[in-house]
Amino acid sequence: MTAPSAWERVQLARHLARPHTLDYVSELLEAPRELHGDRAFRDDPAVVAAIGRFGSLPVVVLGHQKGANTTENVARNFGMPKPEGYRKAIRILQLAEKFALPVITFIDTPAADPGLESEERGQAWAIASCLQTLLRVRVPTIGVVIGEGGSGGALALAVCDRLLMLENAIFAVASPEACAAILWRDAARAPEAAETMRITAAELHRFGIADELIPEPVPAHLDAAGTIRRVGAALERHLDELLRLWEESGPERLRELRWARYRAIGVWSEEAERPTLG
Amino acid sequence: MRPRLRRRNAAPEKHDPFGTQVPDGLWLKCPRCRELVYSREFERNLSVCPRCNYHARLSARQRIASIADPGSFVEWDAELVAADPLGFRALDEPYPQKIQEARRRSGEREALVTGAATILGVPVALAVAEFGFLGASMGSVFGEKFARAAERAAADGRALVAFASSGGARMHEGVFSLFQMPKTIVAVEALASARLPFIAVLVDPCYGGVTASFATIADLILAEPGAMIGFAGPRVIEQVTRQKLPSGFQSAEFLLEHGMIDAIVPRQHLRDELARFVRLLTGYRRPSASPVTRRESTP
Repeated sequence: MTAPSAWERVQLARHLARPHTLDYVSELLEAPRELHGDRAFRDDPAVVAAIGRFGSLPVVVLGHQKGANTTENVARNFGMPKPEGYRKAIRILQLAEKFALPVITFIDTPAADPGLESEERGQAWAIASCLQTLLRVRVPTIGVVIGEGGSGGALALAVCDRLLMLENAIFAVASPEACAAILWRDAARAPEAAETMRITAAELHRFGIADELIPEPVPAHLDAAGTIRRVGAALERHLDELLRLWEESGPERLRELRWARYRAIGVWSEEAERPTLG
Repeated sequence: MRPRLRRRNAAPEKHDPFGTQVPDGLWLKCPRCRELVYSREFERNLSVCPRCNYHARLSARQRIASIADPGSFVEWDAELVAADPLGFRALDEPYPQKIQEARRRSGEREALVTGAATILGVPVALAVAEFGFLGASMGSVFGEKFARAAERAAADGRALVAFASSGGARMHEGVFSLFQMPKTIVAVEALASARLPFIAVLVDPCYGGVTASFATIADLILAEPGAMIGFAGPRVIEQVTRQKLPSGFQSAEFLLEHGMIDAIVPRQHLRDELARFVRLLTGYRRPSASPVTRRESTP
Protein backbone atom coordinates (compact mmCIF):
# COMPACT_ATOMS: atom_id res chain seq x y z
CA MET A 1 0.00 0.00 0.00
CA THR A 2 1.48 3.34 -1.01
CA ALA A 3 1.30 6.37 1.30
CA PRO A 4 -1.46 8.87 0.41
CA SER A 5 -0.41 11.92 -1.61
CA ALA A 6 -0.58 15.40 -0.03
CA TRP A 7 -3.84 16.06 -1.87
CA GLU A 8 -5.33 12.75 -0.66
CA ARG A 9 -4.40 13.77 2.88
CA VAL A 10 -6.18 17.10 2.35
CA GLN A 11 -9.31 15.10 1.50
CA LEU A 12 -8.85 12.90 4.58
CA ALA A 13 -8.26 15.95 6.81
CA ARG A 14 -11.54 17.43 5.54
CA HIS A 15 -13.60 14.23 5.74
CA LEU A 16 -17.02 14.90 7.26
CA ALA A 17 -16.98 11.72 9.35
CA ARG A 18 -13.64 12.55 10.93
CA PRO A 19 -13.97 13.13 14.69
CA HIS A 20 -14.29 16.84 15.51
CA THR A 21 -13.49 18.81 18.65
CA LEU A 22 -16.67 18.00 20.60
CA ASP A 23 -16.14 14.27 19.90
CA TYR A 24 -12.75 14.51 21.60
CA VAL A 25 -14.19 16.60 24.44
CA SER A 26 -16.96 14.13 25.22
CA GLU A 27 -14.68 11.08 25.01
CA LEU A 28 -11.57 12.39 26.74
CA LEU A 29 -13.01 14.62 29.46
CA GLU A 30 -14.96 13.44 32.44
CA ALA A 31 -18.28 15.29 32.74
CA PRO A 32 -17.25 18.20 30.51
CA ARG A 33 -19.22 21.43 30.60
CA GLU A 34 -19.35 23.65 27.56
CA LEU A 35 -18.79 27.37 28.13
CA HIS A 36 -20.32 29.92 25.80
CA GLY A 37 -19.93 33.45 24.58
CA ASP A 38 -17.43 36.28 24.32
CA ARG A 39 -19.26 38.51 26.86
CA ALA A 40 -19.37 41.23 24.24
CA PHE A 41 -21.22 40.35 21.06
CA ARG A 42 -22.42 36.75 20.70
CA ASP A 43 -21.58 33.07 20.98
CA ASP A 44 -19.63 31.82 17.97
CA PRO A 45 -20.59 28.19 17.23
CA ALA A 46 -17.37 27.71 15.18
CA VAL A 47 -15.26 27.84 18.35
CA VAL A 48 -16.13 25.65 21.31
CA ALA A 49 -14.84 25.89 24.85
CA ALA A 50 -15.22 23.41 27.68
CA ILE A 51 -14.03 22.74 31.18
CA GLY A 52 -13.74 19.32 32.76
CA ARG A 53 -11.37 16.70 34.12
CA PHE A 54 -8.77 15.09 31.91
CA GLY A 55 -7.85 12.07 34.01
CA SER A 56 -7.90 13.59 37.47
CA LEU A 57 -6.81 17.03 36.35
CA PRO A 58 -9.18 19.96 35.64
CA VAL A 59 -8.38 21.48 32.23
CA VAL A 60 -9.94 23.85 29.74
CA VAL A 61 -10.39 22.85 26.13
CA LEU A 62 -10.71 25.15 23.13
CA GLY A 63 -11.26 24.10 19.56
CA HIS A 64 -12.62 24.86 16.14
CA GLN A 65 -15.87 23.01 15.58
CA LYS A 66 -16.90 21.68 12.18
CA GLY A 67 -20.15 19.86 11.52
CA ALA A 68 -20.64 16.19 10.60
CA ASN A 69 -23.08 17.06 7.80
CA THR A 70 -24.10 20.04 5.70
CA THR A 71 -26.82 21.29 8.05
CA GLU A 72 -24.47 21.21 11.01
CA ASN A 73 -21.72 22.75 8.96
CA VAL A 74 -23.89 25.68 7.96
CA ALA A 75 -24.77 26.22 11.63
CA ARG A 76 -21.08 26.05 12.55
CA ASN A 77 -19.98 28.23 9.61
CA PHE A 78 -17.83 25.25 8.48
CA GLY A 79 -15.63 25.78 11.50
CA MET A 80 -14.59 29.27 10.38
CA PRO A 81 -14.47 31.53 13.44
CA LYS A 82 -15.59 35.14 13.45
CA PRO A 83 -13.93 37.71 15.71
CA GLU A 84 -16.28 36.78 18.55
CA GLY A 85 -14.95 33.20 18.34
CA TYR A 86 -11.40 34.37 18.96
CA ARG A 87 -12.63 36.71 21.70
CA LYS A 88 -14.39 33.80 23.35
CA ALA A 89 -11.08 31.88 23.21
CA ILE A 90 -9.29 34.87 24.76
CA ARG A 91 -11.80 34.97 27.61
CA ILE A 92 -11.39 31.26 28.28
CA LEU A 93 -7.59 31.55 28.18
CA GLN A 94 -7.78 34.30 30.79
CA LEU A 95 -9.94 32.02 32.90
CA ALA A 96 -7.33 29.26 32.58
CA GLU A 97 -4.58 31.69 33.59
CA LYS A 98 -6.51 32.91 36.61
CA PHE A 99 -7.23 29.44 37.96
CA ALA A 100 -3.97 27.84 36.77
CA LEU A 101 -5.66 25.29 34.51
CA PRO A 102 -3.77 23.59 31.66
CA VAL A 103 -5.13 24.31 28.18
CA ILE A 104 -5.77 21.77 25.44
CA THR A 105 -6.67 23.06 21.98
CA PHE A 106 -8.02 21.21 18.93
CA ILE A 107 -7.24 22.80 15.58
CA ASP A 108 -9.62 22.09 12.70
CA THR A 109 -10.61 24.97 10.44
CA PRO A 110 -10.26 25.84 6.76
CA ALA A 111 -9.66 29.50 7.70
CA ALA A 112 -10.90 32.40 9.74
CA ASP A 113 -14.24 33.64 8.40
CA PRO A 114 -13.55 35.97 5.45
CA GLY A 115 -16.86 37.82 5.60
CA LEU A 116 -17.90 41.44 5.60
CA GLU A 117 -19.09 41.45 9.20
CA SER A 118 -15.93 39.75 10.43
CA GLU A 119 -13.89 42.53 8.86
CA GLU A 120 -16.14 45.17 10.43
CA ARG A 121 -15.63 43.65 13.87
CA GLY A 122 -11.85 43.41 13.45
CA GLN A 123 -10.98 39.86 12.40
CA ALA A 124 -7.26 40.67 12.20
CA TRP A 125 -7.36 42.36 15.62
CA ALA A 126 -9.10 39.37 17.19
CA ILE A 127 -6.64 36.84 15.72
CA ALA A 128 -3.57 38.88 16.75
CA SER A 129 -4.94 39.28 20.25
CA CYS A 130 -5.79 35.57 20.53
CA LEU A 131 -2.26 34.67 19.41
CA GLN A 132 -0.83 37.06 21.98
CA THR A 133 -3.02 35.72 24.78
CA LEU A 134 -2.23 32.07 24.02
CA LEU A 135 1.50 32.92 23.88
CA ARG A 136 1.25 34.78 27.19
CA VAL A 137 -0.62 32.38 29.49
CA ARG A 138 1.52 30.91 32.27
CA VAL A 139 -0.10 27.47 32.19
CA PRO A 140 0.82 24.40 30.14
CA THR A 141 -0.72 24.47 26.66
CA ILE A 142 -0.97 21.62 24.14
CA GLY A 143 -2.45 21.91 20.66
CA VAL A 144 -3.54 19.01 18.46
CA VAL A 145 -4.20 19.51 14.76
CA ILE A 146 -7.00 16.98 14.23
CA GLY A 147 -7.98 17.94 10.68
CA GLU A 148 -7.44 21.12 8.72
CA GLY A 149 -4.95 23.69 9.97
CA GLY A 150 -5.90 26.56 7.69
CA SER A 151 -3.76 29.68 7.92
CA GLY A 152 -3.94 32.37 10.63
CA GLY A 153 -7.42 31.28 11.65
CA ALA A 154 -5.98 27.92 12.74
CA LEU A 155 -2.74 29.33 14.07
CA ALA A 156 -4.58 31.49 16.63
CA LEU A 157 -5.36 28.32 18.63
CA ALA A 158 -2.13 26.47 17.79
CA VAL A 159 0.77 28.41 19.33
CA CYS A 160 1.13 26.09 22.34
CA ASP A 161 4.00 24.60 24.35
CA ARG A 162 3.51 21.42 22.37
CA LEU A 163 1.95 21.03 18.94
CA LEU A 164 0.84 17.55 17.91
CA MET A 165 -0.61 16.52 14.56
CA LEU A 166 -2.65 13.55 13.48
CA GLU A 167 -1.01 11.73 10.59
CA ASN A 168 -3.63 12.87 8.07
CA ALA A 169 -3.95 16.42 9.39
CA ILE A 170 -2.51 19.35 7.46
CA PHE A 171 -1.23 22.81 8.37
CA ALA A 172 -0.90 25.38 5.62
CA VAL A 173 -0.34 29.08 5.11
CA ALA A 174 -3.30 29.09 2.70
CA SER A 175 -5.62 26.39 1.37
CA PRO A 176 -4.18 24.53 -1.63
CA GLU A 177 -7.04 25.98 -3.70
CA ALA A 178 -6.18 29.54 -2.68
CA CYS A 179 -2.48 28.93 -3.20
CA ALA A 180 -3.10 27.56 -6.68
CA ALA A 181 -5.34 30.53 -7.48
CA ILE A 182 -2.67 32.99 -6.34
CA LEU A 183 0.40 31.34 -7.82
CA TRP A 184 -0.96 29.61 -10.92
CA ARG A 185 -4.14 31.67 -11.30
CA ASP A 186 -5.94 28.35 -11.49
CA ALA A 187 -7.64 26.82 -8.41
CA ALA A 188 -7.91 23.50 -10.27
CA ARG A 189 -4.19 23.01 -9.72
CA ALA A 190 -4.78 22.57 -5.97
CA PRO A 191 -3.38 18.99 -5.91
CA GLU A 192 -0.10 20.31 -7.26
CA ALA A 193 -0.13 23.19 -4.77
CA ALA A 194 -0.79 20.78 -1.89
CA GLU A 195 2.38 18.90 -2.83
CA THR A 196 4.50 22.03 -3.38
CA MET A 197 3.47 23.72 -0.15
CA ARG A 198 4.63 20.90 2.19
CA ILE A 199 1.59 20.84 4.44
CA THR A 200 1.42 17.26 5.73
CA ALA A 201 1.98 16.27 9.34
CA ALA A 202 5.14 14.37 8.33
CA GLU A 203 6.59 17.52 6.80
CA LEU A 204 5.69 19.78 9.72
CA HIS A 205 7.26 17.24 12.02
CA ARG A 206 10.39 17.23 9.87
CA PHE A 207 10.48 21.06 9.99
CA GLY A 208 10.38 20.88 13.80
CA ILE A 209 7.11 22.85 13.93
CA ALA A 210 5.06 19.84 15.06
CA ASP A 211 6.49 17.93 18.05
CA GLU A 212 4.80 14.66 17.33
CA LEU A 213 2.89 12.91 14.62
CA ILE A 214 0.08 10.75 15.99
CA PRO A 215 -0.31 7.75 13.65
CA GLU A 216 -3.58 6.90 11.99
CA PRO A 217 -3.17 3.19 11.13
CA VAL A 218 -6.71 3.48 9.78
CA PRO A 219 -7.86 6.98 8.63
CA ALA A 220 -9.67 8.73 11.49
CA HIS A 221 -13.09 8.72 9.77
CA LEU A 222 -13.00 4.90 9.75
CA ASP A 223 -11.84 4.53 13.33
CA ALA A 224 -13.00 7.46 15.46
CA ALA A 225 -12.73 5.61 18.77
CA GLY A 226 -9.19 4.41 18.10
CA THR A 227 -8.08 7.85 16.90
CA ILE A 228 -9.51 9.61 19.94
CA ARG A 229 -7.83 7.05 22.21
CA ARG A 230 -4.43 7.57 20.58
CA VAL A 231 -4.82 11.37 20.80
CA GLY A 232 -5.75 11.00 24.48
CA ALA A 233 -2.65 8.91 25.17
CA ALA A 234 -0.37 11.43 23.44
CA LEU A 235 -2.00 14.32 25.33
CA GLU A 236 -1.54 12.54 28.63
CA ARG A 237 2.15 11.94 27.97
CA HIS A 238 2.88 15.53 26.91
CA LEU A 239 0.79 17.00 29.70
CA ASP A 240 2.73 14.93 32.26
CA GLU A 241 6.00 16.30 30.93
CA LEU A 242 4.74 19.87 30.91
CA LEU A 243 3.26 19.60 34.41
CA ARG A 244 6.60 18.36 35.73
CA LEU A 245 8.36 21.28 34.07
CA TRP A 246 5.71 23.70 35.37
CA GLU A 247 6.11 22.47 38.93
CA GLU A 248 9.90 22.20 38.88
CA SER A 249 10.84 25.34 36.95
CA GLY A 250 7.78 27.53 37.43
CA PRO A 251 5.22 29.17 35.15
CA GLU A 252 7.60 31.93 34.01
CA ARG A 253 10.11 29.37 32.75
CA LEU A 254 7.39 27.51 30.89
CA ARG A 255 6.46 30.72 29.11
CA GLU A 256 10.07 31.61 28.36
CA LEU A 257 10.54 28.25 26.65
CA ARG A 258 7.36 28.78 24.65
CA TRP A 259 8.50 32.22 23.54
CA ALA A 260 11.95 30.89 22.61
CA ARG A 261 10.31 28.18 20.55
CA TYR A 262 8.20 30.55 18.44
CA ARG A 263 10.95 33.17 18.28
CA ALA A 264 13.24 30.62 16.62
CA ILE A 265 11.08 29.51 13.68
CA GLY A 266 12.31 30.59 10.27
CA VAL A 267 14.89 29.80 7.60
CA TRP A 268 17.07 32.42 5.93
CA SER A 269 20.61 32.96 4.72
CA GLU A 270 23.11 35.76 5.10
CA GLU A 271 24.98 37.63 2.46
CA ALA A 272 28.30 39.07 3.48
CA GLU A 273 28.67 42.06 1.17
CA ARG A 274 26.93 45.35 1.92
CA PRO A 275 24.09 46.31 -0.36
CA THR A 276 25.15 48.53 -3.20
CA LEU A 277 23.06 51.65 -3.21
CA GLY A 278 22.33 53.75 -6.25
CA MET B 1 -10.59 49.23 -4.90
CA ARG B 2 -8.18 52.05 -4.39
CA PRO B 3 -6.95 53.76 -7.54
CA ARG B 4 -3.30 53.37 -8.51
CA LEU B 5 -0.95 56.13 -9.45
CA ARG B 6 0.29 56.07 -13.04
CA ARG B 7 2.98 58.28 -14.45
CA ARG B 8 1.96 60.06 -17.62
CA ASN B 9 5.19 59.35 -19.46
CA ALA B 10 6.99 56.34 -18.14
CA ALA B 11 10.47 57.17 -16.94
CA PRO B 12 13.21 54.68 -17.83
CA GLU B 13 13.65 52.18 -15.02
CA LYS B 14 16.61 53.31 -12.98
CA HIS B 15 17.33 52.32 -9.46
CA ASP B 16 17.46 55.10 -6.90
CA PRO B 17 17.33 54.10 -3.22
CA PHE B 18 15.52 57.29 -2.34
CA GLY B 19 12.72 56.88 -4.81
CA THR B 20 12.11 56.84 -8.49
CA GLN B 21 13.86 59.69 -10.22
CA VAL B 22 11.54 61.98 -12.05
CA PRO B 23 12.85 63.80 -15.12
CA ASP B 24 12.12 67.53 -15.37
CA GLY B 25 8.83 68.53 -16.82
CA LEU B 26 7.02 65.29 -15.99
CA TRP B 27 3.38 65.55 -15.13
CA LEU B 28 1.43 63.04 -13.13
CA LYS B 29 -2.26 62.39 -13.33
CA CYS B 30 -3.82 61.88 -9.94
CA PRO B 31 -5.74 58.60 -10.12
CA ARG B 32 -8.45 59.93 -7.85
CA CYS B 33 -9.20 63.49 -8.91
CA ARG B 34 -7.74 63.14 -12.44
CA GLU B 35 -5.92 66.44 -12.05
CA LEU B 36 -2.54 66.80 -13.70
CA VAL B 37 0.03 67.50 -11.00
CA TYR B 38 3.54 68.75 -11.63
CA SER B 39 5.80 65.95 -10.46
CA ARG B 40 8.13 68.18 -8.44
CA GLU B 41 5.20 69.63 -6.55
CA PHE B 42 3.91 66.10 -5.98
CA GLU B 43 7.25 64.96 -4.58
CA ARG B 44 7.66 68.03 -2.40
CA ASN B 45 4.25 67.16 -1.00
CA LEU B 46 5.48 63.64 0.00
CA SER B 47 3.63 61.99 -2.91
CA VAL B 48 0.28 63.33 -1.77
CA CYS B 49 -1.97 64.96 -4.37
CA PRO B 50 -2.13 68.67 -3.46
CA ARG B 51 -5.64 68.90 -4.95
CA CYS B 52 -7.50 65.96 -3.41
CA ASN B 53 -5.17 64.64 -0.68
CA TYR B 54 -4.74 61.24 -2.37
CA HIS B 55 -1.84 59.44 -0.65
CA ALA B 56 0.24 57.52 -3.21
CA ARG B 57 2.29 54.56 -2.04
CA LEU B 58 5.86 55.24 -0.95
CA SER B 59 8.83 52.92 -1.19
CA ALA B 60 10.50 51.98 2.09
CA ARG B 61 13.39 54.38 1.38
CA GLN B 62 11.05 57.23 0.48
CA ARG B 63 9.17 56.53 3.70
CA ILE B 64 12.33 56.60 5.78
CA ALA B 65 13.44 59.84 4.09
CA SER B 66 10.04 61.36 4.89
CA ILE B 67 10.16 60.40 8.58
CA ALA B 68 13.74 60.17 9.87
CA ASP B 69 15.91 63.20 10.60
CA PRO B 70 18.32 63.64 7.66
CA GLY B 71 21.33 61.36 7.96
CA SER B 72 20.05 59.70 11.14
CA PHE B 73 19.02 56.35 9.66
CA VAL B 74 21.39 53.43 10.26
CA GLU B 75 20.20 50.21 8.70
CA TRP B 76 20.12 46.93 10.64
CA ASP B 77 20.38 43.33 9.43
CA ALA B 78 20.57 44.14 5.71
CA GLU B 79 22.55 40.94 5.20
CA LEU B 80 19.53 38.69 5.89
CA VAL B 81 18.18 37.25 2.66
CA ALA B 82 15.56 34.64 1.81
CA ALA B 83 16.36 30.94 1.73
CA ASP B 84 14.24 28.34 -0.05
CA PRO B 85 13.18 25.87 2.66
CA LEU B 86 10.52 24.17 0.53
CA GLY B 87 12.40 24.03 -2.77
CA PHE B 88 9.44 25.97 -4.10
CA ARG B 89 8.64 26.57 -7.74
CA ALA B 90 5.52 27.91 -9.41
CA LEU B 91 4.91 28.41 -13.13
CA ASP B 92 8.37 26.97 -13.82
CA GLU B 93 9.99 29.73 -11.83
CA PRO B 94 12.00 28.61 -8.79
CA TYR B 95 11.58 30.81 -5.71
CA PRO B 96 15.23 31.96 -5.63
CA GLN B 97 14.77 33.31 -9.17
CA LYS B 98 11.62 35.13 -8.06
CA ILE B 99 13.62 36.71 -5.23
CA GLN B 100 16.35 37.88 -7.61
CA GLU B 101 13.75 39.49 -9.81
CA ALA B 102 12.13 41.21 -6.81
CA ARG B 103 15.52 42.49 -5.70
CA ARG B 104 16.24 43.89 -9.14
CA ARG B 105 12.87 45.56 -9.38
CA SER B 106 12.71 47.05 -5.91
CA GLY B 107 16.36 47.69 -5.18
CA GLU B 108 15.79 46.06 -1.80
CA ARG B 109 17.04 42.71 -0.53
CA GLU B 110 13.84 41.91 1.31
CA ALA B 111 10.35 43.18 2.01
CA LEU B 112 11.22 44.83 5.33
CA VAL B 113 13.83 47.51 6.00
CA THR B 114 14.82 48.06 9.64
CA GLY B 115 17.18 50.36 11.46
CA ALA B 116 17.78 53.08 14.00
CA ALA B 117 16.87 56.71 13.42
CA THR B 118 15.73 59.85 15.16
CA ILE B 119 12.46 61.61 14.48
CA LEU B 120 12.74 65.31 15.43
CA GLY B 121 15.46 64.25 17.82
CA VAL B 122 13.51 61.36 19.38
CA PRO B 123 15.42 58.07 19.08
CA VAL B 124 13.39 55.27 17.51
CA ALA B 125 13.79 51.96 15.75
CA LEU B 126 12.06 51.79 12.37
CA ALA B 127 10.61 48.75 10.63
CA VAL B 128 9.33 49.71 7.19
CA ALA B 129 7.64 47.36 4.74
CA GLU B 130 8.54 47.57 1.05
CA PHE B 131 5.43 46.80 -0.96
CA GLY B 132 7.49 46.72 -4.16
CA PHE B 133 9.22 43.54 -2.93
CA LEU B 134 6.78 40.69 -3.61
CA GLY B 135 3.91 42.75 -2.19
CA ALA B 136 5.66 43.10 1.19
CA SER B 137 4.72 39.48 1.85
CA MET B 138 5.93 38.21 5.23
CA GLY B 139 8.40 35.36 5.05
CA SER B 140 11.20 34.29 7.39
CA VAL B 141 13.43 37.30 6.68
CA PHE B 142 10.61 39.81 7.21
CA GLY B 143 9.71 38.12 10.51
CA GLU B 144 13.29 37.80 11.69
CA LYS B 145 14.21 41.39 10.83
CA PHE B 146 11.11 42.67 12.59
CA ALA B 147 11.86 40.54 15.67
CA ARG B 148 15.48 41.68 15.81
CA ALA B 149 14.44 45.31 15.42
CA ALA B 150 11.96 45.03 18.30
CA GLU B 151 14.51 43.33 20.55
CA ARG B 152 17.27 45.74 19.65
CA ALA B 153 14.96 48.71 20.23
CA ALA B 154 14.17 47.31 23.68
CA ALA B 155 17.88 46.84 24.46
CA ASP B 156 18.73 50.37 23.22
CA GLY B 157 15.79 52.05 24.96
CA ARG B 158 14.17 53.14 21.70
CA ALA B 159 10.51 53.17 20.79
CA LEU B 160 9.59 51.01 17.78
CA VAL B 161 7.72 52.57 14.88
CA ALA B 162 6.54 50.06 12.28
CA PHE B 163 5.12 51.04 8.90
CA ALA B 164 2.98 48.02 8.17
CA SER B 165 1.98 47.20 4.63
CA SER B 166 1.57 43.74 3.18
CA GLY B 167 -0.32 41.57 0.77
CA GLY B 168 -0.16 38.71 3.29
CA ALA B 169 2.07 35.75 3.99
CA ARG B 170 4.83 34.72 1.54
CA MET B 171 3.32 31.62 -0.10
CA HIS B 172 6.74 30.45 -1.32
CA GLU B 173 7.96 29.75 2.21
CA GLY B 174 4.76 27.95 3.18
CA VAL B 175 4.17 27.25 6.83
CA PHE B 176 7.42 29.02 7.80
CA SER B 177 5.79 32.27 6.68
CA LEU B 178 2.69 31.53 8.75
CA PHE B 179 4.78 31.03 11.87
CA GLN B 180 6.36 34.46 11.53
CA MET B 181 3.12 35.79 13.03
CA PRO B 182 3.75 34.44 16.56
CA LYS B 183 7.44 35.29 16.18
CA THR B 184 6.70 38.99 15.71
CA ILE B 185 4.23 38.94 18.61
CA VAL B 186 6.79 37.31 20.92
CA ALA B 187 9.42 39.89 19.94
CA VAL B 188 7.12 42.76 20.89
CA GLU B 189 7.12 41.38 24.47
CA ALA B 190 10.68 42.70 24.80
CA LEU B 191 9.39 46.25 24.25
CA ALA B 192 6.49 45.68 26.61
CA SER B 193 8.72 44.57 29.47
CA ALA B 194 11.03 47.56 28.86
CA ARG B 195 7.91 49.76 28.84
CA LEU B 196 8.86 51.24 25.50
CA PRO B 197 6.20 52.33 23.04
CA PHE B 198 5.39 50.34 19.94
CA ILE B 199 3.52 52.38 17.36
CA ALA B 200 2.16 50.83 14.18
CA VAL B 201 1.33 52.97 11.18
CA LEU B 202 -0.88 51.05 8.77
CA VAL B 203 -0.25 52.17 5.21
CA ASP B 204 -1.85 51.13 1.96
CA PRO B 205 -2.36 48.20 1.53
CA CYS B 206 -2.17 46.20 4.76
CA TYR B 207 -3.66 42.67 4.75
CA GLY B 208 -3.35 39.10 5.96
CA GLY B 209 -0.79 37.83 8.42
CA VAL B 210 0.79 41.22 9.02
CA THR B 211 -2.52 42.82 10.01
CA ALA B 212 -3.31 39.72 12.11
CA SER B 213 -0.02 39.84 14.03
CA PHE B 214 2.32 42.62 15.16
CA ALA B 215 0.49 45.46 13.37
CA THR B 216 -2.66 45.23 15.49
CA ILE B 217 -1.13 44.56 18.92
CA ALA B 218 0.70 47.91 18.93
CA ASP B 219 0.22 50.37 21.80
CA LEU B 220 -1.02 52.90 19.29
CA ILE B 221 -2.35 52.12 15.83
CA LEU B 222 -2.29 54.96 13.30
CA ALA B 223 -3.20 54.88 9.64
CA GLU B 224 -2.77 57.08 6.58
CA PRO B 225 -5.89 58.55 4.97
CA GLY B 226 -7.51 56.24 2.45
CA ALA B 227 -5.28 53.26 3.27
CA MET B 228 -6.94 49.88 2.67
CA ILE B 229 -6.59 47.63 5.70
CA GLY B 230 -8.05 44.26 6.61
CA PHE B 231 -7.60 40.54 7.11
CA ALA B 232 -9.14 39.07 3.97
CA GLY B 233 -8.73 40.98 0.73
CA PRO B 234 -11.80 42.55 -0.93
CA ARG B 235 -11.65 40.14 -3.86
CA VAL B 236 -11.71 37.10 -1.56
CA ILE B 237 -14.61 38.52 0.44
CA GLU B 238 -16.63 39.20 -2.72
CA GLN B 239 -15.95 35.70 -4.04
CA VAL B 240 -16.88 33.98 -0.78
CA THR B 241 -19.90 36.04 0.21
CA ARG B 242 -21.10 36.98 -3.29
CA GLN B 243 -21.94 40.35 -1.81
CA LYS B 244 -21.03 43.71 -3.29
CA LEU B 245 -18.83 45.51 -0.80
CA PRO B 246 -20.00 48.93 0.37
CA SER B 247 -17.87 51.86 -0.75
CA GLY B 248 -15.22 52.82 1.74
CA PHE B 249 -15.19 49.26 3.17
CA GLN B 250 -11.82 48.45 4.82
CA SER B 251 -10.55 52.02 4.43
CA ALA B 252 -8.71 53.70 7.29
CA GLU B 253 -11.78 55.90 7.79
CA PHE B 254 -14.02 52.81 8.04
CA LEU B 255 -11.70 51.27 10.64
CA LEU B 256 -11.59 54.45 12.69
CA GLU B 257 -15.38 54.49 12.74
CA HIS B 258 -15.47 50.83 13.82
CA GLY B 259 -13.08 51.43 16.69
CA MET B 260 -10.08 49.56 15.31
CA ILE B 261 -7.47 52.31 15.10
CA ASP B 262 -6.48 55.27 17.27
CA ALA B 263 -6.20 57.96 14.63
CA ILE B 264 -5.78 58.77 10.96
CA VAL B 265 -2.74 60.95 10.38
CA PRO B 266 -2.10 62.69 7.05
CA ARG B 267 1.41 62.07 5.75
CA GLN B 268 2.49 65.69 6.18
CA HIS B 269 1.87 65.42 9.93
CA LEU B 270 3.30 61.96 10.57
CA ARG B 271 6.76 63.08 11.73
CA ASP B 272 5.35 65.56 14.20
CA GLU B 273 2.72 63.17 15.47
CA LEU B 274 5.06 60.19 15.85
CA ALA B 275 7.60 62.27 17.78
CA ARG B 276 4.79 63.70 19.91
CA PHE B 277 3.27 60.30 20.75
CA VAL B 278 6.63 58.77 21.67
CA ARG B 279 7.42 61.76 23.89
CA LEU B 280 4.02 61.62 25.57
CA LEU B 281 4.19 57.88 26.22
CA THR B 282 7.73 57.97 27.58
CA GLY B 283 7.51 61.31 29.36
CA TYR B 284 10.45 61.96 27.03
CA ARG B 285 12.63 60.11 29.49
CA ARG B 286 16.16 59.39 28.38
CA PRO B 287 17.01 55.68 28.03
CA SER B 288 19.06 55.76 31.24
CA ALA B 289 16.62 57.85 33.27
CA SER B 290 14.81 56.09 36.07
CA PRO B 291 11.04 56.57 36.41
CA VAL B 292 11.63 58.88 39.40
CA THR B 293 13.65 61.42 37.45
CA ARG B 294 11.52 61.37 34.38
CA ARG B 295 9.22 64.23 35.36
CA GLU B 296 12.24 66.48 35.72
CA SER B 297 13.65 65.90 32.27
CA THR B 298 12.64 68.56 29.79
CA PRO B 299 11.99 68.01 26.14
